[in-house]
Amino acid sequence: MDELTLKIEHLCSGFFTERGYVPAVDDVSLEIPKGKIVGIVGESGCGKSMIARSVMGLLKYPGRITGGSIQLAGKELVGLKDRQMQAIRGCDMAMIFQEPMTSLNPVQPVGKQMREALLLHKSVDKKAARDEVLRMMEQVGISEPEKRYVSYPHQLSGGLRQRIMIAMAMICKPKLLIADEPTTALDVTIEAQILQLIRNLSRQTGMSVLIISHNLGVIAEMCDSVYVMYAGKIVEQADALTLFDQRSHPYTSGLMASVIDLEAPVAERLPAIGGVVPNLLHLPAGCAFAPRCSRASERCKTERPELRELAPGHLCRCFEGGNA
Amino acid sequence: MEREVLLQATHLVKEFPAKGHKRVHAVSDIDLTVYAGETLALVGESGCGKSTLGRTLINLIPATSGTVKFEGVELTALSRRAFEPYRRQMQLIFQDPYASLDPRMTVRDIVAEPLETHRICQTREETTRRVVELLEAVGIQKEFMGRYPHQFSGGQRQRIGVARAVALRPKLIVCDEPVSALDVSVQSQILNLLKDLQGEFNLTYLFISHDLSVVRFMADRVAVMFLGRLCEVGDTELIYKRPLHPYTRFLLDAIPKADPRLKDEEKQLLQGEIPSPIDPPAGCRFHTRCPYATNWCRSEVPQLRELDGRQVACHMAGEI
Repeated sequence: MDELTLKIEHLCSGFFTERGYVPAVDDVSLEIPKGKIVGIVGESGCGKSMIARSVMGLLKYPGRITGGSIQLAGKELVGLKDRQMQAIRGCDMAMIFQEPMTSLNPVQPVGKQMREALLLHKSVDKKAARDEVLRMMEQVGISEPEKRYVSYPHQLSGGLRQRIMIAMAMICKPKLLIADEPTTALDVTIEAQILQLIRNLSRQTGMSVLIISHNLGVIAEMCDSVYVMYAGKIVEQADALTLFDQRSHPYTSGLMASVIDLEAPVAERLPAIGGVVPNLLHLPAGCAFAPRCSRASERCKTERPELRELAPGHLCRCFEGGNA
Repeated sequence: MEREVLLQATHLVKEFPAKGHKRVHAVSDIDLTVYAGETLALVGESGCGKSTLGRTLINLIPATSGTVKFEGVELTALSRRAFEPYRRQMQLIFQDPYASLDPRMTVRDIVAEPLETHRICQTREETTRRVVELLEAVGIQKEFMGRYPHQFSGGQRQRIGVARAVALRPKLIVCDEPVSALDVSVQSQILNLLKDLQGEFNLTYLFISHDLSVVRFMADRVAVMFLGRLCEVGDTELIYKRPLHPYTRFLLDAIPKADPRLKDEEKQLLQGEIPSPIDPPAGCRFHTRCPYATNWCRSEVPQLRELDGRQVACHMAGEI
């Protein structure tokens, strides 16, 4: 049995708004074994970032975890007090965001910001913290770390800023790194560098990674196993090879069909998923994907499908599952 | 086959003033031809000058030097007034459908605005009739005409932006990253729509994008840009199959492929970052990141030359 870095069971979290409860994450279970890279893929509003924030304990009013359990290396996180969460966040687990500019403090040199986590979580003096920061900067491929240490975020390029974010997240050697769309704001040549960096860091340090992305290319290049989300629910999960080869949920198939293949002959038209993502306040009575699904039957419109195991480790939330 | 030239740029230069009497070399000495009815893609990373080139080509921002001819007429020499009739022929679709529609105008008014500005219709009823036709063409129901932009999803807003762009029956539309802000499934809908409209309205597209997959689907020809200069121009299929410029190769290699089997292949990655356009490298602007650079590349600017069915600006192309 693999050692699990993260184990999420039946997690529910959502927003309490004036118009009612928005179930952004609905009964999600997810496991990340030690040293593995796991991906969540889905379109905007599907709840994937909400999972990340729930794990990190970063949900703000009116968002709240309403049920389920989150265990980091065996330790339950749901129900912890803010102070207790603070001791874990940035130390045992850390997160990097899509837009590094908005997550860095613009009026403080980056070195100082990176040092903060060390001074907070580890008993080191400033000199030792500085040395560790410089070593980390080198490890994430930042040239001239001494010079960059005193740079302000606006003086750095997007790629460099994301490296700083990664170095900052890695500084306390976390067990889990959550990367929420880490390369969406970057150019393709820089994206490739950053993805390679995350992969190598995970290999070298045995750190587990949760990657959240809408880009199936990024998911395919990075992940050992993948969860596909739609309207707050996991609709399919499998190891990466199985998912890409034997996709079973119509939504997964639709997503993959809309990726333009660089090798295959160019089609006249792109396969598109018609319609739009449903409003979480007014979810359809049956399967949430039914209104956009070409194969929806009467049953799909009235009854909600459960996750079913098609093969060991391959789960799909569809009555028709396995015939896609 | 002789193709009809719609737009032709010669030695086009666009520079912006920067601090300390310096200049941002956004577009440097570009020769480019757009043929009628085609989709030409401008590809490159952020800051390479592709949007500036797109806007300079349709005279939305004045060129620093060089000429642009539209159907043989030199746009860059026209006065503001004389240019007016040409403005209708060239429209723009923007990246962000949230920022490019006035939040206080109804959809009807947004699409009607260009018709009214250019006095296309005689009466208000006629204008409304045209708006309904246009909205139908882009897949927006006419019942939604009285709604405001915030009541629509990103994909629907982009459809409204498209309706506004085709309202004047332009010949050329510059699509500046039209699907970058959209989810993949919606992205396909908009790309299909753009292709359909191209046939229906006889449009020529200048398609600006950093996404090489999208470009492969949309474009007949592609022009790859790096730091204000063209690297390679030619038929999309040819360039994707056999890229000759090292930068084009790196760009194509860097795209994450949706196939987990390829993940353990070690890719050769482009190192370093894009140099500053305020102080671009001498010679070939790509030489600081190029593993094949020679002293020749560091001193002399490579010009576009014909090679293997396309144009390429690299001293070493064909030998590496």
